[in-house]
Amino acid sequence: MDDIVTENLTKSYASGWPGRPPFVALDGLSLRVGRGEIFGFLGPNGAGKTTTLKILLGLVRATSGKAFLLGQPAGDVATRGRIGFLPESPYFYDYLTAEEFLGFYGQLAGLGRAAINQRVTDLLELVGLADARTRQLRKFSKGMLQRIGLAQALIHDPELIILDEPMTGLDPIGRKQVRDLILSLRDQGKTVFFSTHILHDVEMICDRVGIVMKGRLVASGRVDELVRQDHTHSVEIVCQQVKTDGNTLIHSLAARVLQQGQQCLIVLPNPDAVDAIVGEIRRQGGRLLSVTPHKASLEDLFFQEASQEIARALPHMTSGRAS
Amino acid sequence: MDAIGVIALNAFRETLRDKILYNLVLFAGLLIGLSVLLADLSITEHHKVIADMGLAAINLIGVIIAIFVGISLVNKEIERRTIYTIMARPISRTFFILGKYLGLALTLFVNMTIMMAVFLATLWLYHVPIEQSLFQAVELIFVEILVVTAIALFFSTFTSTTLSAIFTLGLYVIGHLTADLRSVVANGESGGVKAVVDLLYYLCPNLEMLNIKGQAAVGILVAPEYLLLASLYGVMYAGVLLTSACLVFQKRDF
Repeated sequence: MDDIVTENLTKSYASGWPGRPPFVALDGLSLRVGRGEIFGFLGPNGAGKTTTLKILLGLVRATSGKAFLLGQPAGDVATRGRIGFLPESPYFYDYLTAEEFLGFYGQLAGLGRAAINQRVTDLLELVGLADARTRQLRKFSKGMLQRIGLAQALIHDPELIILDEPMTGLDPIGRKQVRDLILSLRDQGKTVFFSTHILHDVEMICDRVGIVMKGRLVASGRVDELVRQDHTHSVEIVCQQVKTDGNTLIHSLAARVLQQGQQCLIVLPNPDAVDAIVGEIRRQGGRLLSVTPHKASLEDLFFQEASQEIARALPHMTSGRAS
Repeated sequence: MDAIGVIALNAFRETLRDKILYNLVLFAGLLIGLSVLLADLSITEHHKVIADMGLAAINLIGVIIAIFVGISLVNKEIERRTIYTIMARPISRTFFILGKYLGLALTLFVNMTIMMAVFLATLWLYHVPIEQSLFQAVELIFVEILVVTAIALFFSTFTSTTLSAIFTLGLYVIGHLTADLRSVVANGESGGVKAVVDLLYYLCPNLEMLNIKGQAAVGILVAPEYLLLASLYGVMYAGVLLTSACLVFQKRDF
């Protein structure tokens, strides 16, 4: 069963000026997140990540399309009791102490006083804020606010946790703690859907990812599958005593050639040309020191999708200017 | 329904921790003190001056809090994005609006109770007789403040804080003038002008109906029926505004 389903989700905002086309934030976005999965939602700024999250939570209404959470239409009031949410760069009631703040959200979720007290103690311990229990939120650092935000998202022990940029504002230790926390939530059978810019975190912990560009889902699947899809693995060849200056074969096949004294680094855009280059090295009587295939990362895929998106947009921009 | 109470109590706590509220209570004390000073200057009617100034201070402070806290009640949540985590909870938007309104109403009630206590203490101190009419006046001031809060909340669901303040203040002033305007126009104006003034009269709140301060200061009681009807009118007007605020808020994107 899928905990999150969106079908052809579209959101456009009126420009506010007659004659100007509306701004399309989401353009037919369809995705599915299975129960018990950690799903990373990737995309550059303005791609539509937060808009998607807001539609899922009923904060924004979709222009068209459908969205379902835990089998219910997005925005269903009762279903929200089973969902935990942390917004991006959260702002909270800064006049409340950490204890009061979590208690307030516990009350909103319908928890009893005893359950709230227990959950507050456990969660403050979990996010490393036990010492700040009676401190007002206005005295919290950005990282502390992020942690208390995570705690509020978990106060009612939700089945589905939606996090918008949960690593923002955290130091490396804090980021690791959040990663561990997300993994422990998955171990408890919970579904975690989070948006981020930090690709490294996604590669480390996500079961599946979706990449959104200009409101469209351009790739979705398991990280290893997505990375394998990309056939443009580069290969680095290091050799000695090879003349590369003026060698048309090497320069025509290589993406980059770096000559430092006797040593030479040849970067190939794909593995197809390895044999030809190795043959050339042997022909010249050079010494082959290493051949290192460069495994494509999620970052490569992300940039590849981004550059394709820019390439798609460029003709429109050019024609727009011409007209 | 519990959610309304949780939101209301939090809104109450927020305003209590807001230092502006304490300053206004202090200001009320100063105004009442000033009324005593003025009463010393007035040889003949010092009882009336003290009662008048006290009621006016309670009214003014109440309206200022209602407008300036009322307009920021919802807007602040949206501007600071605290609304995201609240609306992600199992709470309907209607309950949120009602909770916020009741929270501020509770603050205003507590605030007015404190001001009333200071006022009564001032009267007692200066041997001014404490008339029942003063309580009637304060009751209707509270109803007026409930209406003004609903106006502020209504505007804040769809406009900026500044515009909400301007609109609320404007409606408050018009609300005190429509009855006078209507009686002036009734004597010889053309049909078109009369129709516009009539429309304004019925559309805008008739806040003058809730103003009995002048007669209360000299101890003249209004009939209980009038008190009941005027209160009902105010509460119903606030109810219509709150319903409209909820309907507008339902459609909003955050």
